[in-house]
Amino acid sequence: MSTLLNVKKDFPVLMNNKDLVYLDTAATALKPQCVIDKLDEYYTLYGVNVNRGVYTLSYQATLEYEETRTLTAKFLNAKEKEIVFTKGASNGLNMVAFGFGMNYLEEGDEVITSELEHHSNVLPWMEVCKHKKAILKYIPLDSTGRITIEAFKKTISPKTKVVALTYVSNVMGYITPIKEIIKIAHEHGIVVVVDAAQAVAHMKIDVVDLDCDFLAFSSHKMMGPTGFGILYGKYKYLKVMKPVEYGGDMIDVVEKYSNTTKDAPFKFETGTPPVAEAIAFKEAIQYIEKIGYNQIQTHEQLLLNYMKEQLAKIKGITVYNMSTETGIIAFNINHAHPHDAATIFDEHQVALRAGHHCAQLIIKWLECVGTLRACIYIYNDYHDIDKFVEAVKEAAKYFEEW
Amino acid sequence: MAHSISELYNQVINEHRKYPRNKGLIEGYKTLHLKNPSCGDDVTVQVSVKDGKVADVRHDGTGCVICCSSASVMSEVLIGKTVEEASEIIDDFYELIKGNVPKDEDRLGDAIVYVNIHNFPPRAKCATLAWRAAGALLLGDEGEQTDE
Repeated sequence: MSTLLNVKKDFPVLMNNKDLVYLDTAATALKPQCVIDKLDEYYTLYGVNVNRGVYTLSYQATLEYEETRTLTAKFLNAKEKEIVFTKGASNGLNMVAFGFGMNYLEEGDEVITSELEHHSNVLPWMEVCKHKKAILKYIPLDSTGRITIEAFKKTISPKTKVVALTYVSNVMGYITPIKEIIKIAHEHGIVVVVDAAQAVAHMKIDVVDLDCDFLAFSSHKMMGPTGFGILYGKYKYLKVMKPVEYGGDMIDVVEKYSNTTKDAPFKFETGTPPVAEAIAFKEAIQYIEKIGYNQIQTHEQLLLNYMKEQLAKIKGITVYNMSTETGIIAFNINHAHPHDAATIFDEHQVALRAGHHCAQLIIKWLECVGTLRACIYIYNDYHDIDKFVEAVKEAAKYFEEW
Repeated sequence: MAHSISELYNQVINEHRKYPRNKGLIEGYKTLHLKNPSCGDDVTVQVSVKDGKVADVRHDGTGCVICCSSASVMSEVLIGKTVEEASEIIDDFYELIKGNVPKDEDRLGDAIVYVNIHNFPPRAKCATLAWRAAGALLLGDEGEQTDE
């Protein structure tokens, strides 16, 4: 019989806030003690700069730092030279649009995206398209708000050069049939950029199996530190992609009027990086791998099914994504603005997100002003869902009487 | 559960939610559109000043109950006051929201019902958005502004 994970004790925020029901993992995941300890280890034992010093401590720091690249490559089934360290998913997706798209696209070319995207995967392309006089197109979503292969096929044209899509929607929780889309795109010579920010905490990502051309995510959404992230790119594309930032570290030879850069991935990494965060990210990878994605998914599904059953019984609420396959539920309390409803949840110490979730296009598609969003993760349990459901019931009752 | 929801959505606020006063814009008034992109509150406020007095205040917009009701309450409180008084009342309202004692509670009128907002710190921005628009209008600002 499947049972829930029992990992709450690994998360100091939960130990220090015993009554907290944390359902805002889609915004950022809590960090386990091992990640926090690793941050501390860097600052305490060898907190010096990387890639520069010719002394032992700097060498040690650099080894720790580069080990993250090795581990990330294994984690994604990629090669080390295909792993670019970034500030996060937004940063990585912007690098692809401005460093690759800006040179790759020509006037009249088409870029396909969707209304399910986080702003980070639409706005960079919107700007690049404006600049290059290229055309931004949206895959029409089906009646439940999903991206389908059929709709994708209808959206592509001989002019399509780039497809930028999310793997898992940060509002609806839907999994995009990205592998099939990539296959079709490649048959048409289209480059595919995957926003995996929301996916990476919940499912195994194998870039060889997916065959994606670029894929970006943030460390903090998979229990690693904030301010750090990964951009994967096929090396042939990273080679032609231009750095968006120039400066220290990424450079090879500097003359008065010319310069040459290092090769990818290092040409994309300028300035002193978030060293501690990069080093501690390893711990997040290892923590996830120790638990295993199968276990994570089993845990999430048990709680998600329980949550769906409970919500289905409550009158006076609207759930926008009952068919979601990941632990994200988008809903509203009828008659209540999400921010008004959120205060009731805050009273119950249930932390969830209210608003447009940096995805205004899907909020417009849903024809509401915003939603509440609850996201389940490995440190949640049945008690959390019960407390959440209790708050939903109270809110529904309170606003019904308005 | 330190503070109950009914402290926040009291009768006066609820009344203004259902029946907003001075809602709807009038052409020709000095207008300021202010929004908080991170939460979606979006209000437009108009102030008409005649002979040194606030002759009229209008508002329109979308957002949560705290934001919308506060615009309505504010319009009632400010109309008829001198520009100087109105500016002082606005400053007093900010003090109230912060949990401080305002200089003159009486002049705040119904706006005193937001006294509990300081127990709900994430909502302070909602309560003050329209007031900031009015304050800026009294100082001569107009047009579009983003509050972040």
